Amino acid sequence: MASLNAPNRFNEEIKSQMVTKIHRSNRKMPWWAQGWLALTLIVLVYGFYQAMAAPREATMGNLYRVFFYHLPHAILSFVFPYLNLAASFLYLFWRKRNVERAAAADAFALASAEVTVLYATIGLATGMLWGRAAWGIWWAWDARMTTYLLLWLLYVCYLLVRSFSSTGQTAMIAAVLAIFAAIDVPICFMSIRWWRTQHPAAVFGGGANSGIDPSMVPAVLWNMIAWAMWGAFLVGLRYAIERRRQQAANAEALGILNAEEAGVVLSHSLEEAR
Amino acid sequence: MNYAQHVLTHLCKDLRLEWRTKDSINGMLFFALLVVVVLAMAFDPASFPDMTRQISGGLLWVALLFAAMTALNQSWARETNNSVLDAHRLSEAPASALFIGKALANFLFVSAVEVVLAPIFTVFYNLQPLGQTWKLLLILPLGTWALVVNGTFFAALSLRTRNRETLLPLVLLPISMPALLAMIQATTAVLTGQFEPTLWIKVLLAYVIVFTTACVLLFQTVLSAD
Repeated sequence: MASLNAPNRFNEEIKSQMVTKIHRSNRKMPWWAQGWLALTLIVLVYGFYQAMAAPREATMGNLYRVFFYHLPHAILSFVFPYLNLAASFLYLFWRKRNVERAAAADAFALASAEVTVLYATIGLATGMLWGRAAWGIWWAWDARMTTYLLLWLLYVCYLLVRSFSSTGQTAMIAAVLAIFAAIDVPICFMSIRWWRTQHPAAVFGGGANSGIDPSMVPAVLWNMIAWAMWGAFLVGLRYAIERRRQQAANAEALGILNAEEAGVVLSHSLEEAR
Repeated sequence: MNYAQHVLTHLCKDLRLEWRTKDSINGMLFFALLVVVVLAMAFDPASFPDMTRQISGGLLWVALLFAAMTALNQSWARETNNSVLDAHRLSEAPASALFIGKALANFLFVSAVEVVLAPIFTVFYNLQPLGQTWKLLLILPLGTWALVVNGTFFAALSLRTRNRETLLPLVLLPISMPALLAMIQATTAVLTGQFEPTLWIKVLLAYVIVFTTACVLLFQTVLSAD
């Protein structure tokens, strides 16, 4: 009985040690990350001030200020998918060559996909608010909105697949899917543009790029910088968390393996003692 | 054996398996028929010929898409019995030949369903196409291949996930959205005769070329992942 119980206790002990060690190390953010966060918050506040201080718009009044949040999120959510694609290629390249780098690339791909979905969700939500105020309807199936919705769907699907796949396979499946999704985005963009221009459906004028008043430029620029910094911070944070989760999972697996070996040694010595 | 012979061997194997059981084709055919009947309850196809022409292209492809999904889920399940997939991994034959053989087999199954379904669809929905009907001979195979090539690939990918039956539609639908748009638009153009389907056939062709290349290049990674 003792020889059966001993390895288990040993196993638990090693497991708890290894896991807690990982959890306790590096609890603080490094100084440069804290500095970056502080700087980002300052720029965000300044961007908010600029957005609120910009002159009122003639037809929409104060409602148009949502535009200062819509534009950065919409543009940035087309940037993060390319980071995701690059990380996925790197993962596939390093998969057989360098396990540690491959795991890092996978963590980065996950982080950038999550931020893509977050920014695209905010972009969609603010876009709908804008549409309601400017056109009187929440949603119109015009080219830009439809493409954007598809982008959102593709990366939600990416995250879903990640959560569905069995451990050990997740990274490979996700990397392959990320490549397909990234190929799909430009094709979607072009085909939907042709679709909406061919049909005599209501195509609304105006929109984001129909030229902005010079008085709005500082607010647009500051918010652009602020949300880009915030996005970079989120990707970094999420990357660090995912790396730590990977290390914890590895340590746990390793701890169990070691404990099994140790258990064998222990039972041998017990038999010798007997 | 050269590459074409490998593809042919895989294709013949899948056709022979299907010939013995006829599971996929029968399943798909009945499923598509049910979808057509159910959709007929959503609107009255006989009384509004104009509306029927407008939406029939979409309905036909939706029925085919759902039907194809039921068969695609099964197409790799056959290979997992008795660890045949591991044998494929060990085999000298290039992995992409296995993929192309399987995709061609699925393409033939779905095409067979289309051959039966299209007349039924025309009769049930009282369809009188106003455009050039022969262009459907171009649109249907291209659209089918677009669905099947990605479907076969993602079915292989979802073999490695927990709930593979749910996963396939979740992945296949968003990725195929441009192809679906193109094939529905092209079919509607032929049925209504209001605009030319040429642009959409080109989009479909581009989509097919791009994604067939991507599938062929990445299949080795998917098959041999440990």
